Amino acid sequence: MDAAPSGPATTREFMLGEGAGTGGGTQPMQLGVGPQHPAMHGIIRIVTELDGEVIRKADVEIGYLHRAFEKDCEVGGWNNAIPYTDRLNYVSPLINNFGYCAAVEKLLGITVTERCQYIRVVMAEISRICDHLTCVGASSMELGAFTVFLYMIKAREFLWELVEEVTGARLTISYGRVGGVKADLPPAFGDQMRAAFKQVREVLEEVHRLLTGNRIFMDRMVGVGALSPEETIAWGITGPLLRAAGVAFDLRRVQPYWAYDRVEFEVPLGKNGDNFDRYLVRMAEMEQSMRMVEQGLEGMPGGAINVDFEGREIPVDAYVDRGKQGHTEGLLLLPITLSPNLRGQERPAYTQVNVADKRVVLPPKETTYGSIEGLMNHFMLVMDGNGIRPPAGEAYFAAEGANGELGFYVVSDGTDRPYRVRCRPPCLPPVAALPRMIEGQMVADIIPTFGSVNMIGGELDR
Amino acid sequence: MDGEAILGALQARFGGALAETHAHRGDHTALVERGALLDVLRHCRDDGALGFDMLADLTAVDYSKFPGREDGPRFEVVYHLLSVPHNHRLRVKVRVSEDDPVVPTASGLWPIADWFEREVWDMFGLRFAGHPNPKRLLLYEEFVGHPLRKDYPINRRQPLIGPKI
Repeated sequence: MDAAPSGPATTREFMLGEGAGTGGGTQPMQLGVGPQHPAMHGIIRIVTELDGEVIRKADVEIGYLHRAFEKDCEVGGWNNAIPYTDRLNYVSPLINNFGYCAAVEKLLGITVTERCQYIRVVMAEISRICDHLTCVGASSMELGAFTVFLYMIKAREFLWELVEEVTGARLTISYGRVGGVKADLPPAFGDQMRAAFKQVREVLEEVHRLLTGNRIFMDRMVGVGALSPEETIAWGITGPLLRAAGVAFDLRRVQPYWAYDRVEFEVPLGKNGDNFDRYLVRMAEMEQSMRMVEQGLEGMPGGAINVDFEGREIPVDAYVDRGKQGHTEGLLLLPITLSPNLRGQERPAYTQVNVADKRVVLPPKETTYGSIEGLMNHFMLVMDGNGIRPPAGEAYFAAEGANGELGFYVVSDGTDRPYRVRCRPPCLPPVAALPRMIEGQMVADIIPTFGSVNMIGGELDR
Repeated sequence: MDGEAILGALQARFGGALAETHAHRGDHTALVERGALLDVLRHCRDDGALGFDMLADLTAVDYSKFPGREDGPRFEVVYHLLSVPHNHRLRVKVRVSEDDPVVPTASGLWPIADWFEREVWDMFGLRFAGHPNPKRLLLYEEFVGHPLRKDYPINRRQPLIGPKI
């Protein structure tokens, strides 16, 4: 292929000089970038063939973070795969959790409760903001904008505090459950969310002032790594990269799931499909995600969680002691106090966010500890050889992950273990298309292009 | 187009080459004979009303331990097609026996099939005839076996590789 991209003279061509990089009579040079390179957030190897500073050919090698996700899923029960899904896209683990759960729910043919659908939307969108913040922050750091990185990681910190408040963990959250979520939102979540979003909006405003229109940033981003809409689709690329090419395809809009058809949002579009448009799309999507979270919390049915024990509380140990002594009459009526670690899992809250299907969802802890039926139900779901048993069949569920279509293809043979779990990683297609994006460009263009692809080793290599 | 109409259109065009069609949980599936696979996929991509311009996913399943299917063809290669302009999906499957584990490559139709097929070769040991670069994708070349096959034990150790110190 031609070394210099044809078309009108750009700033880049001006800087390079007329006809530079055509390389008459010289030898091409092989240059390996990675697998470990300070400017690459992620372990990946790009083998390039250079002519001067122009990349003639590139080849991408992946697999350095392969952890046998799909094989591991086949060993445990259906719910046992959830911690593994945390580690797929470790920047937005909530979306992976919910995507996997939704695939199994589709296979089971159950629908989660209304409140749970809203919770999933809220938490998934918070995750998406974290993901975009990390992507934009890290790739601008690689272009020299270290301040932006610090600001964005600061903003992400506020959001991770929200996530921690709900799930109890920052990264490996394991919050999704087949048929619902682990626990309800904490009572003060709305106020915390508003406080955090105020900070995030300030950061986004600052970053816009720092980057959008910044000469150095624009020179490295505009017109670099571009793909046409047709090529983007043929390469199977979805998500922000597809929308940056001007294709209005967002699964949340065109194939709505959970409560996405009940919140208002816009689908930001780019025009040129280059790195700069990808950056703009991501920045705009963060604002849309915050809108969705705010609407989701407003429209969430069930209202505030009001667990009123009316003085009938007794500590768990006293409860057990009474049972041991044979004073069982009327025990079921007595509410027990749960450990603070189980906040949000009290029976009224728990039943609001989980489907009432005893074959799928664990009973609330009060029922498990307080009645023989609950105890049996619990054991039937956790004992080896028992548990969730979807009927034999297959289902494919696609959620809009932060990087694009996150698909889970699950096959069941009717037993309590998945027969096959396939994760369709959203960042694999753009990484596969990376050579196409950087060939004909300069060595320095690898860095912003690779940053805009937002490769996440966990989901790429599984 | 809804799923039934897509399956109907394929049925009318290819008839006997479609071994089976079904819809389960809203996913419409066409099971295709291997000889007609590329024709069906090409028709799905190029036909204006179908317009499947994206290969969303390509994977395989080893059915050798599946109750009731131990004796049938061992593998199924699964294509998930997506049409961006029409916003509909289709699953195309093809059955492959263990003795002749070869499928024609779809990398001429969608460039992304290149990597997906390399992953299937890596994990299942199925070959794709005409593939431009039939190498492993995630694992290394010295790896012995194909780990997502059902007869590959999860705790098998592989020899260490790397530079001799």
